[in-house]
Amino acid sequence: MYKLSFFVVAFVMLTSCGDKKTKSEENAPTTTSSDEGMPAAPEAAPDVSTYDPNRGLGKFSTVDLGDKLDVAMAAEGDKIQSVKCSSCHKMTDEKLVGPGWKGVTSRHKPEWIMNFITNPDPMIDKDPKLQAQLEICLVRMPNQALSDKDARNLLEFMRKNDGVK
Amino acid sequence: MNTIKAIDTMSKNKLVKVTFAIILASAFFTSCKPKDSSDAVSGDAAQKVYVAPGKYDEFYNFVSGGFSGQMSVYGLPSARLLRVVPIFSVDPQSGYGYSEETKPMLNTSNGFVPWDDQHHLDMSQTNGEVDGRWIFANANNTPRIARVDLKTFKTVEIIELPNSAGNHSSPFITENTEYVVAGTRFSVPPDNANGDVPINTYKKNFKGYLSFVKVGKEGQMDIAFQIEAPGVNFDLSHAGKGKSHGWFFFSCYNTEQANTLLEVNASQKDKDFIMAVNWKKAEEYIKAGKGKKIAAKYAHNTWDEKTHTAKSEIRTSVLVLDSKELKDICYMIPCPKSPHGCDVDPTGEYIVGSGKLAALIPVFSFDKIQKAIAAKQFDGQYEGIPVIKYEAALYGEVKKPGLGPLHTEFDGRGNAYTTFFVSSEVVKWDIKSLKILDRVPVYYSPGHLSIPGGDSRKPFGKYMVVYNKITKDRYLPTGPELAQAAQLFDISGDKMKLLLDYPTIGEPHYAQSAPADLIRNNGQLKFYKIEENNNPFVTKGEKESKVVRQGNRVDVYMTSIRSHFAPDNIEGIKLGDAVYFHVTNLEQDWDVPHGFAIKGADNAELLVMPGETATLKWIPEKVGIFPFYCTDFCSALHQEMSGYVRVSPAGSNVPLTFSLGTNLPATK
Repeated sequence: MYKLSFFVVAFVMLTSCGDKKTKSEENAPTTTSSDEGMPAAPEAAPDVSTYDPNRGLGKFSTVDLGDKLDVAMAAEGDKIQSVKCSSCHKMTDEKLVGPGWKGVTSRHKPEWIMNFITNPDPMIDKDPKLQAQLEICLVRMPNQALSDKDARNLLEFMRKNDGVK
Repeated sequence: MNTIKAIDTMSKNKLVKVTFAIILASAFFTSCKPKDSSDAVSGDAAQKVYVAPGKYDEFYNFVSGGFSGQMSVYGLPSARLLRVVPIFSVDPQSGYGYSEETKPMLNTSNGFVPWDDQHHLDMSQTNGEVDGRWIFANANNTPRIARVDLKTFKTVEIIELPNSAGNHSSPFITENTEYVVAGTRFSVPPDNANGDVPINTYKKNFKGYLSFVKVGKEGQMDIAFQIEAPGVNFDLSHAGKGKSHGWFFFSCYNTEQANTLLEVNASQKDKDFIMAVNWKKAEEYIKAGKGKKIAAKYAHNTWDEKTHTAKSEIRTSVLVLDSKELKDICYMIPCPKSPHGCDVDPTGEYIVGSGKLAALIPVFSFDKIQKAIAAKQFDGQYEGIPVIKYEAALYGEVKKPGLGPLHTEFDGRGNAYTTFFVSSEVVKWDIKSLKILDRVPVYYSPGHLSIPGGDSRKPFGKYMVVYNKITKDRYLPTGPELAQAAQLFDISGDKMKLLLDYPTIGEPHYAQSAPADLIRNNGQLKFYKIEENNNPFVTKGEKESKVVRQGNRVDVYMTSIRSHFAPDNIEGIKLGDAVYFHVTNLEQDWDVPHGFAIKGADNAELLVMPGETATLKWIPEKVGIFPFYCTDFCSALHQEMSGYVRVSPAGSNVPLTFSLGTNLPATK
């Protein structure tokens, strides 16, 4: 919701700047400063009703999973999680800082997982399940700067953790 | 009214006392000044400096911190303080100079020096235009030059200058950042000479060394050569540009070579000098092998962004050229009354000398200087250096501009702006006609002024900031110590318009500014990639966290992430141990540093950027339980981000253990 209000404020400010500009050509500071001063929301759409809770918010629409586990990818994913994820997530269903990973691949679609781990902040603002989770954990999942490949490898590791062979 | 106050504020300065009578005599002229600051501010000033919440400023403004040793970064025109970058002084809030990784940055031939006096900044240039890559900073007290990387806003290199003292005429650069220079304001015997001499042998034994520090493609600094010049006080400098590229101009005073009561004894002569240095010629002499390699000892400190660690190397020699022997490198240009500022206009043709005790501004012509040298229009020699005839070098004088000219900047439209310390004003004048166009009072006693790009070939002549030494009644009183201040002017029109007053950190001297986009789009670093962290004590993931004992040295490999440390319970530390906490911040998002502090530590905290590793050394002095915690509010569970270290007596048999998330069974 707060993001929506930012857009409203931004709109009002932009239009009011425009008004002033006609009065004073020299009113440079506000008119020349960049709009990127607003908090970045790369993937966020202003209309909440368009949010797809199955897909999430991000660049991934569909993810092709193999029938079998890709062992090499899962091994890469394991390395990444030990550096960037394991501080907060256990491999069991037990909550540490965030929820345990056991069963995550059956609770969420692969594209939802990929979008969330690469684009956490905007999704936390939109996703009802994540909003509910935030009330439990009280820590917003940090953006750990995962590449697309990292994210896909991590997903494969999560599948392995969920028993895919 | 303000004039009287200004004089009062300066009463400690005897120089001012001398000119007191003159000012009173000129009270007739100053009485037309505004009665108070509100008269000086035009109606739309607030609008011009207002940058709405969430919006960005137009310019980055880098301001020297003077005796704070640091550099502050402001946005213009709002004057919002964005950051303070530690350079020459330790900074407990970031751990700079306290963490094991940063300590070598402040190493010198005198050992670890935790403070300095930072006067001037100069931004790197390409083709004479500011390019937003690096900013250079001088240390005046223990002579050094630092380089700050503007992608990280971190001090990444510091080089010490041997044979020098009072590095004031520094760190000015050439138009393609070929060199950054250093000078000597307090001449001393060279380092390799016997310095154990009577002070009154100044004329015989003291020298004023100038250093030309080569700047490499990646910014790395190396002293290419030094020029041994006569023992005088080199004060300020600026490089030639455009047609005068290849020359450097240094002002100097105390050509009387006094070694005591300089206030009187160095103010005897009617004229001192601006020394013109042909550095391209100097390069030729170096190539021809005319440089003498002399023994010297100086530190060169570099920061490695992959290991997040500084290293300090002591170098042992420099190449020196002798200004007496090599006649065509240096020329003296007479300049009235102890010149201070030495500023070159954007075309490179005009060199403005500001005699701080003078009541006129001489403007020298580069073309005329060249002709005078070719025609040998000399007036003898000074310490073996040819002295060009004053009239032969002079383009003209700005008559009766004010009292005590100090510094001049340019707007790129043919105008110059000069500060006047004694008469507390800025005067705008036309470079070609030398006519005065406008004058404004400033509050009070200005030193430097700065226009974005104002000492480059391409000034952005929209704003001017004047840095004042005395603020007295300008702000709410804060006891005997008051802030110094900046005053922002709009110079886009014919008349200078005061927009804003704002206090500064330390004592601001010179400043540099650049369009915001030039720096914010230069590839700003947002966090360190954990994959590329090559710190020898990095912990890549909690699984690798551990505590290792080697004799009395204990290394703690610790991670931090919202909102816990791993490990957070450590036992088996004993009195007599030196504990090194190597904290790796596992976050990979912008603006999520974690702090680290432990009770009783005799140094400071660590502030660890995302993906970075930093090390705090702790020698426990007491037996007991010592909490440590995150000092930078990081999440809703920040208060929970803490842990304990148990310290036992020397010789105790408590085993070394560490854990996270295990509440150990209670012992009896």
